Amino acid sequence: MAYLDHAATTPMLPEAVQAMTAQLAFAGNASSLHAAGRRARRTVEESRESLAASLGARPSEVVFTAGGTEADNLAVKGLYWARRDADPARRRVLASPVEHHAVLDAVDWLAEHEGATVEYLPVDSHGRVHPDALREAIARDPDDVALATVMWANNEIGTVMPVRELADVAAEFDIPLHADAVQAFGQLDVDFAASGLAAMTVSGHKIGGPYGIGALLLGRRYAPVPLLHGGGQERHVRSGTLDVPAIASFAVAGVLAAERREDFAREVGALRDELVEAVLAAVPDAVLGGDPDPAGRLPANAHFSFPGCEGDSLLLLLDAQGIECSTGSACTAGVAQPSHVVLATGTDRDLARGTLRFSFGHTSTKEDVAAVRDVIASVVERARTAGLS
Amino acid sequence: MSGGVDSAVAAARAAEAGHEVTGVHLALSANPQSFRTGARGCCTIEDSRDARRAADVIGIPFYCWDLAERFREDVVEDFIAEYEAGRTPNPCLRCNEKIKFAALLDKALALGFDAVCTGHYATVVLNEDGTRELHRASDMAKDQSYVLGVLDEKQLAHAMFPLGDTLTTKDEIRAEAERRGLAVAKKPDSHDICFIADGDTQGFLAKHLGTSEGDIVDETGTKIGTHEGAYGFTIGQRKGLRIGHPAPDGKPRYVLDISPVNNTVTVGPVEALDVTALTAIKPRWCGVAPEGVGTYTAQLRAHGGETSVTAELVGEELRVSFAEPVRGVAPGQAIVLYDGTRVVGSATIAATDRAPANAAHSG
Repeated sequence: MAYLDHAATTPMLPEAVQAMTAQLAFAGNASSLHAAGRRARRTVEESRESLAASLGARPSEVVFTAGGTEADNLAVKGLYWARRDADPARRRVLASPVEHHAVLDAVDWLAEHEGATVEYLPVDSHGRVHPDALREAIARDPDDVALATVMWANNEIGTVMPVRELADVAAEFDIPLHADAVQAFGQLDVDFAASGLAAMTVSGHKIGGPYGIGALLLGRRYAPVPLLHGGGQERHVRSGTLDVPAIASFAVAGVLAAERREDFAREVGALRDELVEAVLAAVPDAVLGGDPDPAGRLPANAHFSFPGCEGDSLLLLLDAQGIECSTGSACTAGVAQPSHVVLATGTDRDLARGTLRFSFGHTSTKEDVAAVRDVIASVVERARTAGLS
Repeated sequence: MSGGVDSAVAAARAAEAGHEVTGVHLALSANPQSFRTGARGCCTIEDSRDARRAADVIGIPFYCWDLAERFREDVVEDFIAEYEAGRTPNPCLRCNEKIKFAALLDKALALGFDAVCTGHYATVVLNEDGTRELHRASDMAKDQSYVLGVLDEKQLAHAMFPLGDTLTTKDEIRAEAERRGLAVAKKPDSHDICFIADGDTQGFLAKHLGTSEGDIVDETGTKIGTHEGAYGFTIGQRKGLRIGHPAPDGKPRYVLDISPVNNTVTVGPVEALDVTALTAIKPRWCGVAPEGVGTYTAQLRAHGGETSVTAELVGEELRVSFAEPVRGVAPGQAIVLYDGTRVVGSATIAATDRAPANAAHSG
């Protein structure tokens, strides 16, 4: 079995499993004042501090959520509501068109239900937003912009955005910029303070932590309107009893992700380069998606389009050979649609139907690459025979 | 795997028999919400989820294949065009011929699969010479060979019907699903037409064809009423004519003829519906085409009975004579010929010969 879908989720690190199981044995609501509560509170705050340190943030800037999707929604909707409430003229939301659905659908929802005007920023053929494009969009009317959101690195094609430069532009106009850094954390130098971002999303299960836990890194001057109302936990921004075992485990994974980042990036980057070379050699007309310059893409990401193939067919045939990867695109009723990310890079619709994303992680080996190398040519040939239905 | 109980049990039986099975749910609408919602039919997100759940329990891979475009072109548009032309099509046969055992089968073969396995109740018999025959299901009450009568031998060679060759009542299939842990065990049967969301065929046709007022006339051509579109009628139909006054002889009136050219619907007494012979086109044979005049039994609709006929293939036309007159035969319907339990082939009814009116009266 070759698991090459770490961008979907990656196995938990043993240290994270250990941290989680250790905490599962204890009772204690971190909001309680008694000894059990104090113990839980201490675990949460120590976890917050270590996670903050691993992300270049202050502990008070870490708002725990139930995952990346919630953090994205909190940033996009919460900041929109807060900024619009402060000044009703602020209704324009600037977003990259290659965002994850957790951002994209939240933004579209604001347009449909909350009077937002959504403006998608132009991207180049690698799916990258250029600072000039953001500047142009803001400068047209800086007073009506509620927020901007541009992901740190793309989950499908791996393209890394110039976050610092984008944040500088936003800061010039005093507009909050949010970045979904779910894929970037653990692969790139994700430093919240240095980035200049107002808000940033990270997730536990993409870095070897548990499912169901994430965080929004949130600059202290921002007070988004909460999605969840209740006990007032997490700066009154995110109510709900804190999930102590998940938080402790997430923090352990986060510290390790930061510590091991350079080695990890080098190792998976080498495997990725080997895979790209092997696939392009075996299938000469395959098209590498995203930025061909390794400096411009996530080291763990390889993305291809195979002309004349249905992504689903490729997936089925690889699955039958024990290779697990992804088409990278979202599903509608289980039916694969051409990816909005791939389409945004200017790829034609037919080519966009034949995409595969291979993503590496901490358990990846050379054998995984060899498994793909051995079968990719015959798989693509067969998928081509089946054609585009 | 439609998401229903039959295809789930068929998949489970095939997997248990040692085949390498992959579950495929056909997405037949570009916008699933626009199709039937609820437990019936085969085109909803819920059905897709039920099918996936069944596949997970069986332990087989599962995929949704988007054949919406092909389905629209080959089945839905054909359905509308046939009604527009005054005929009464059966979209299920069309779907089996063009989608399940064509578009789906071709893709499956290309991907390296050997057969399409469905939950239809019918039997494939492999002869010693390697040819295949399609037969009625062992349980006549469940038999679905009629809707498979369009399959040719090549299609049959790649078809598997694990439910057809055992005497299994539907209750037993449900019990088997339950035993196998398949949650679809209690799901209601699907029927009607899957792409007509609310089961309202007239509404569906009106939406696509618009309304067009025309005359309802009796056998002598005398106008006795109006209608809002000739396509809204089926030969043999009695209800919903809304003529408002009874026939002079007080007998119920039936639709005898639909003429889309002058948008006229002809009605008359039940005797005038008697058909003694018909001509059918676009024949498809499960094996070699028969030669000369043959004696067969024929089935004229999905849940219809059998009737004795003689039939002869003349060029590309099938000429059929009924031993006894039959009623409610409409152009567009399929006639499937049987030799005993064996499906010989099928054709689309193009024209019917009515018994002379005086013969009906004098008889």
